[in-house]
Amino acid sequence: MREIGTLIAAALAAGAMVGVANAQTKLSMWYHGAGNQLESELLGNIIADFNSSQSDWVVELESFPQASYNESITAAALAGNLPDIIDVDGPILPNWAWAGYMSPLTIDDEKISGFLPGAIGRWTGEVYAIGLWDAACAIYARRSVLEANDIRVPTLDDPWTGEEFDAVLEKLAATGQFEYAFDLGMAWTGEWYPYAFGPFLQSHGGDIIDVSANMADGALNGEAGMAFGEWWQSLFARSLVPGTDQDGADRETGFLDGKYALQWNGNWAAVPAIEEFGDDMLFLPAPDFGDGPKIGAASWQFGISSSSENKDGASAFIEFAIQDKYLAAFSDGIGLIPPTAGSAAMSEKYSPGGPLEVFFELSNRQATLRAVTPAYIVGGKVFEKAMADIANGADVADTLDQAADEIDADIENNGGYM
Amino acid sequence: MPAQRLAKLSLDYLLLAWIALVFVFPVVFMVMSSFKSDLQLLRDSASLRAFLPVGDLSFDNYAKAFQRAPIGLFILNSVFITAVTVCVSLLLASLAAFSFVFLQWVGRSVLMAAVLATFIVPFETIAVPLLLIVNNLPWIGLDGFKTSWLNSYQVQIVPFIADALTIFLFVQYFKDLPKELVEAARIDGATWFQVYRRVVMPLSGPVLATAAILKFLMMYNNQLLWPIMVVQEESYRPVMLGLQYFFQLNTAWGEIMAYLTIITVPVLAFYLVLQKAFIASIASTGIKG
Amino acid sequence: MNAEQLAARRRQNRAGWAMALPACLLIFAFLITPFFMAFGLSLTNQRLISPNPAEFVGLRNFERLLGVGLLTLDPLRDENGEVRLKGGEPEYPRIRSFTRGNPDYPRLNRMREWFRIDLPGDRQLVVLAKDLVFIKALKNTVLFVAVVAPVQSGLALILALLINRPLRGINVFRTIYFAPVVISMVVVAMLWRFIYDGQNGILNSLLGIFSFGAIEPISWLGNTSTALPAIMAMSVWQGVGFHMVIWLSGLQTIPQPLYEVARIEGATGWQTFRYVTWPGLRNTAILVMVIITMQAFTLYPQVQVMTRGGPLDSTQSLVFQAVVRGYEKQDIAGGSAISVLLFLFVLAISLFQRYLTRDRD
Repeated sequence: MREIGTLIAAALAAGAMVGVANAQTKLSMWYHGAGNQLESELLGNIIADFNSSQSDWVVELESFPQASYNESITAAALAGNLPDIIDVDGPILPNWAWAGYMSPLTIDDEKISGFLPGAIGRWTGEVYAIGLWDAACAIYARRSVLEANDIRVPTLDDPWTGEEFDAVLEKLAATGQFEYAFDLGMAWTGEWYPYAFGPFLQSHGGDIIDVSANMADGALNGEAGMAFGEWWQSLFARSLVPGTDQDGADRETGFLDGKYALQWNGNWAAVPAIEEFGDDMLFLPAPDFGDGPKIGAASWQFGISSSSENKDGASAFIEFAIQDKYLAAFSDGIGLIPPTAGSAAMSEKYSPGGPLEVFFELSNRQATLRAVTPAYIVGGKVFEKAMADIANGADVADTLDQAADEIDADIENNGGYM
Repeated sequence: MPAQRLAKLSLDYLLLAWIALVFVFPVVFMVMSSFKSDLQLLRDSASLRAFLPVGDLSFDNYAKAFQRAPIGLFILNSVFITAVTVCVSLLLASLAAFSFVFLQWVGRSVLMAAVLATFIVPFETIAVPLLLIVNNLPWIGLDGFKTSWLNSYQVQIVPFIADALTIFLFVQYFKDLPKELVEAARIDGATWFQVYRRVVMPLSGPVLATAAILKFLMMYNNQLLWPIMVVQEESYRPVMLGLQYFFQLNTAWGEIMAYLTIITVPVLAFYLVLQKAFIASIASTGIKG
Repeated sequence: MNAEQLAARRRQNRAGWAMALPACLLIFAFLITPFFMAFGLSLTNQRLISPNPAEFVGLRNFERLLGVGLLTLDPLRDENGEVRLKGGEPEYPRIRSFTRGNPDYPRLNRMREWFRIDLPGDRQLVVLAKDLVFIKALKNTVLFVAVVAPVQSGLALILALLINRPLRGINVFRTIYFAPVVISMVVVAMLWRFIYDGQNGILNSLLGIFSFGAIEPISWLGNTSTALPAIMAMSVWQGVGFHMVIWLSGLQTIPQPLYEVARIEGATGWQTFRYVTWPGLRNTAILVMVIITMQAFTLYPQVQVMTRGGPLDSTQSLVFQAVVRGYEKQDIAGGSAISVLLFLFVLAISLFQRYLTRDRD
């Protein structure tokens, strides 16, 4: 027993050595990028710059694997153990703010006025978090394929309509040259489903949750929702798109290998596509199913935990981090969309004339937030399951009814999230 | 007859070898893939090439995996957590089982039934209440007094020391030991603890080995949900949590295979070295239900 | 009883408690206490994250999980009172018209169809459930146990019999058969995703080779009819070595002379097994079945890594649902309610198993 005690004690001591006392006040920060060296390096640079730029604060970073980041944070919140600066995924922010785990930022409106709407995390009129980037989805396509099949190239001002898009898919499938006409990315389970597919529902005129009515019944399973659901199921029934059993590798390389004619993907995958197809590569806007063309908005953002004793310092760091040069650096490093016009101009790929410029405009013009309500945390997951079930042939009306019921039961369970 | 016997014998071996293939092929796939590039790995996985060391083989995946995550740290953490848990667990479980089997005391059968019934509580279902408990437990270490167990080794060790299965294994084994040995030692004036230490434990090699290996596997292989909840600092993370470092947007399967190989091969090697003693020990534990 | 005996008994009492106490205290603190806390949570509407205080709601969580309802359907009729047909079958009103705020059927509100039975006179009896996903998870878990427990223990016994022979090099085979046991289920499940893959999977390519292309590729985990069997097969593969070793230990307790008698009597292989081996394995069989049953009920990592309950809930399991609700959907009360039901369920089964094997002690 004594040896074991000593071992434990020694281990504890080793752990304690890491946090040697410092004249500057320590600010703890959590980030979702463990295992992603490039991202860690970019953030590390900002932190190093901040730490040496002033003598009051020193930010200490703890990185978590993204796969379990939200669970880690939830457990930490439950245990009252949150850091000063939290990295939070945009759609989850309202839940956190509502639960009282985050404090509003005290940042000049002026400093964030030029940001893309998706990069600002708001809840009940206050700004709670700011993102260093946004992400955007587009239809990946090749000009040569469209031209060969006599298909019009849509533009931001004149996107495909729903029927037009459907006809395009039928046409491409009929060529027999592709395994599937369109790749939705069904292999990417998790938040991808509500992020990527929720906007299709919104463009039909529905939503996962009707925020003003504070319920899903009628929004998710209303007429628009049913129309969307029927269309969604028909994509799979007609074998226009790969189903939920899509191979993860095919998702990554299928479009590049020519297995899929079109692909629904985010800007983060754009660079390999351009490398593969060069000028032939097109990033097309989302189709308009009647209620305007829409794509998902909001990515990871930085905010301050309400339990922080150093809110000034945390605030100072966030203000420091949102300088254009850092936004541009993140964009150059990992291909994300710089959230301001200034940083876009500084970036390699999103500057005017740059290869990914189109994504900045896409984000600016089409980006739509996922239902801004604390109920999203359940709503997004219920929506994910409903999309998978409908894709696998479940009855559309019954599935959407059940999904709406589950979301509403959750809202009721939470006293309306009031 | 010899020809017939030879034929039967070779048939036997053929059958055994076929079954062996069934058990070994995923492991071969894992190890072979760890030396291949992502592209080749995925392409090969559709054919028998998946099991063969063909194409461009290199240690690149290993080099990259070590860059991506502090693998050495994770393995050390896991081994430390596992080793401490196993040692303390064997001591406490054998003591309890000894008491349950050889001593008569008030409340014995009730307590034993309650303890063994916990065998059927899946960990996943008690994790949140357990988090609330460990978050409010004090601890005194070399670095002073703390009011929570989060971010520590003990939070990954202490709750798992005592479990029903280990106690059960000891109880079953002790039941089969001759009672006379214990009685004789008592008559000679030995205290109960002396009987435990000098008489019973020296006879318990097999069950100790069995319990140690089972506990080792339970601990080393199952550290995922709990560390996600209670460990926020990288310095305390175990190997299973480390696996998540490799799931990025574009999954690097080659690196994952390398990581899986790295964390599995030590256990396999450990097992191969001990397998004779281990299987013999399970067999001779003479578990009788 | 004299004073000395009394003192000895008191000493034994003290020693017994002292030795059992450390392990029992740990189990009490870290298993039994949280279990009862989970039991308490299941009677509230506690959320994982919420500024609202939890309220006591009685058995509401359990009612929501277990609620079922019945509905008798008359077929739709046209103006002439003839039964309307659709594809040759009578057409029935949609269940939706009864379960979506229909004031005549308040009890069925928000229920979902589980299954239906044909009644005479073209009528149908529909069984509805309040929480169909839970019902499916329950069904799958029971099915998993019902298949895996006998198959795994049976295969393990066959392997043990194969291995329990004085052949040269038998140790090598024994080692290989046991090897999957030492690999984490999470790792195993990840590897088997490659094996079961519908497009580039190893299993499909092997089947293709051995059937000379006659067997078409199957998406093993993407098909409602094959997903659960695929998970069962993998689980058996991973666990069978462990139980093989337990059987082996049982086989080695059977005295050799019995076999010799059987040989002299001219018993066939099957007779030897039936009348010598099997009776000697009774206690081992009980142990194997108990352990496998307990393990199978906690089906979780396979589902989490491979299918997350899909497709169409064909691989939902109780523990997976407890985790999804309790953590991902933050409904810790609902998740706890599932845990409590699971515990009661397993407890009932283990008491039943005990009852079946009671004569022994």
